[in-house]
Amino acid sequence: MNDIWRGVVEAVQLIISLDPDLIEISLRSLQVSITAVIIAATIGLPLGAWLAVNRFRFRRTTIAVLNALMGLPPVVVGLFVYILLSRSGPFGVLGLLYTPTAMIIAQVIIVTPLIASIAHQAIRDLWTEYHDLLISLNTSRRQRMRTLIWDARRALLTAALAGFGRAIGEVGAIMIVGGNIDHVSRVLTTAIALETGKGDFALAIGLGLVLIGLAIAVNVTIHSISQTERTGLW
Amino acid sequence: MTSILPLKITEAVVRKRGKRLLGPVTHVIEASGFTIVMGPNGSGKTTFLRMMHGLETPRQGSLVWNIDERDARKHQAFVFQTPIIMRRTVLQNIAYPLLVGRHDKKQARETALDWIGKIGLVADRNAQVLSGGERQKLAIARALIVQPEVLFLDEPTTNLDGRSIREIEDLLREAFQNGTRIIMTTHDIGQAQRLAGDVMFLNRGQICERAPADDFFNATASEEARAFLRGDIVE
Ligand SMILES: Nc1ncnc2c1ncn2[C@@H]1O[C@H](COP(=O)(O)OP(=O)(O)OP(=O)(O)O)[C@@H](O)[C@H]1O
Ligand SMILES: [Mg+2]
Repeated sequence: MNDIWRGVVEAVQLIISLDPDLIEISLRSLQVSITAVIIAATIGLPLGAWLAVNRFRFRRTTIAVLNALMGLPPVVVGLFVYILLSRSGPFGVLGLLYTPTAMIIAQVIIVTPLIASIAHQAIRDLWTEYHDLLISLNTSRRQRMRTLIWDARRALLTAALAGFGRAIGEVGAIMIVGGNIDHVSRVLTTAIALETGKGDFALAIGLGLVLIGLAIAVNVTIHSISQTERTGLW
Repeated sequence: MTSILPLKITEAVVRKRGKRLLGPVTHVIEASGFTIVMGPNGSGKTTFLRMMHGLETPRQGSLVWNIDERDARKHQAFVFQTPIIMRRTVLQNIAYPLLVGRHDKKQARETALDWIGKIGLVADRNAQVLSGGERQKLAIARALIVQPEVLFLDEPTTNLDGRSIREIEDLLREAFQNGTRIIMTTHDIGQAQRLAGDVMFLNRGQICERAPADDFFNATASEEARAFLRGDIVE
C-alpha cells in the first residue's frame, strides 16, 4: 500500500515537472494512435457507407466478416503483422519491424473493422430514412454516400472515438510489432507493462494517469468540436 | 423543351411478396390538370403515385413517359405521406435539391431563402425540430424549388389544422397556375372539392372511376365512390 501511495505522489511529480521521458512516450502514443485512427477512418467510413448503400451478391457475408473482424484479438493481429514484416517475411525488405510505422499498421488493422462496422450501422439506418427522398431527387451514388456520411457525422465521430479508445489502450499487438524499444517504439501501454514488471510503480502509475487523461481529453475535444459545429450550423 | 407528359400506363401491376397491391391499371395522365386521387385506406393510392414516380417497379405492364424515363424523373417531385426531413437546417433541406442538381451554390441559397420567407420558417433552424405542419411546408417548398413539371403529393395535409391546410392549398394553387401538373391524394372531401380539376377514385388497387370534379361529386358513377362520399365503409 505504501509503495503504491509513494508511486502516486512521484507520478504526480513526474507529470508536474513535465518529465521528458513521460512526454516523449505520451506523444508517441498519441502520434501512433491518431495516425492509425485517421487512416482507419479514411478506409472505414466510405467502406461503411458503401456497404450500406449498395446491393451486391456477397453483401451479407462481407458485413458478417466485418463484424467478426471487430473481435480480432490484437495479439493475433500483432503476430500476423510481425510475420509479414519480419526479415524473412514478404515485406521484410522494408525494414519496418520495431518502428512506429509497424505499430500504426497493426492498429489500422485492429481499428478499421470497428469503425467500418459502426459507420455501416449508422449509415444504414439513415439510408432507410432518406431512401425515398434521395432516389426521388435523382441523386448519384456518390452524392448519396456524401450526403449520408455528412448527415450521420455525429455517429461517425463516435465511431472514430471508439476506434481511438481501442487504439490508445491497446498493448498486445504493438508490443509484438513495436518491441517496446526505448526512444523508438515505447508507448504508454507498453511502458506501463514494462515498469509494472520492474516494480517501478511511480512511472507506471504516472503513465497510467496520462493515458486516462489523454483518452478523456481527446473525447472532450472532439465533443466540443461537434458542439460548436452544431451551434454554428443551427 | 418537350414536355414529359403524357404518361401512358398500360396494364401495370405492382406486386410485393406475392400480393397484388395495384392493378392492372391502364391510364393516361395528360399534360395539364389538377388530379385528386381518392379511395379508402389501403386502396393503393400511395402505391399508384410511387409507381408513376418510379419508386415502385410494375411487375407487369408498362409506363411510358413522353421522354426517356431516366430524364423524366428529373422533372418530377414527390411529397411523401410522412415528410422526410434531413438532419440539417431548414435552409440546407430546402436548397438540397438544387445542390444535387448542380445549380450555382449562391443562387441556390438565394432561391431557398425566398421559399423560406414564403412559407414563414427560420432558415438556420434545425429542421428536425419543426412541427408537423412546418415539416409539410418544408417538404412542399423543397419539392417546388426545382420547378417540377409534375408534382406528386401523398396526403400533404393530413393531421394539419385549418390554417396550415389553407397555406398549403394556396401554395399548390399557385404552383398549378404556374403550369405544374399536380397529382395528389387526400382523404379530405372538402379539400378535393376545393382543388380538384378531376378526381380518380381507387378501390382495391383498381381505378374505379375517373371524372371531372363536377361530375364526380354531383353525378358519381360508381357505387363504391358513392358510398365513400356518403361516408360509408367501402367494401
Ligand atoms: N412494402 C409492402 N409490402 C407489402 N404490402 C404493402 C407494402 N406497401 C403497401 N402494402 C399494402 O398495399 C396496399 C396498398 O397500400 P397503399 O399504401 O398504396 O394504400 P393507400 O391507398 O395509400 O392507403 P392509405 O390511405 O392508408 O394511405 C395495402 O394493403 C398495404 O398494406
Ligand atoms: Mg397512402
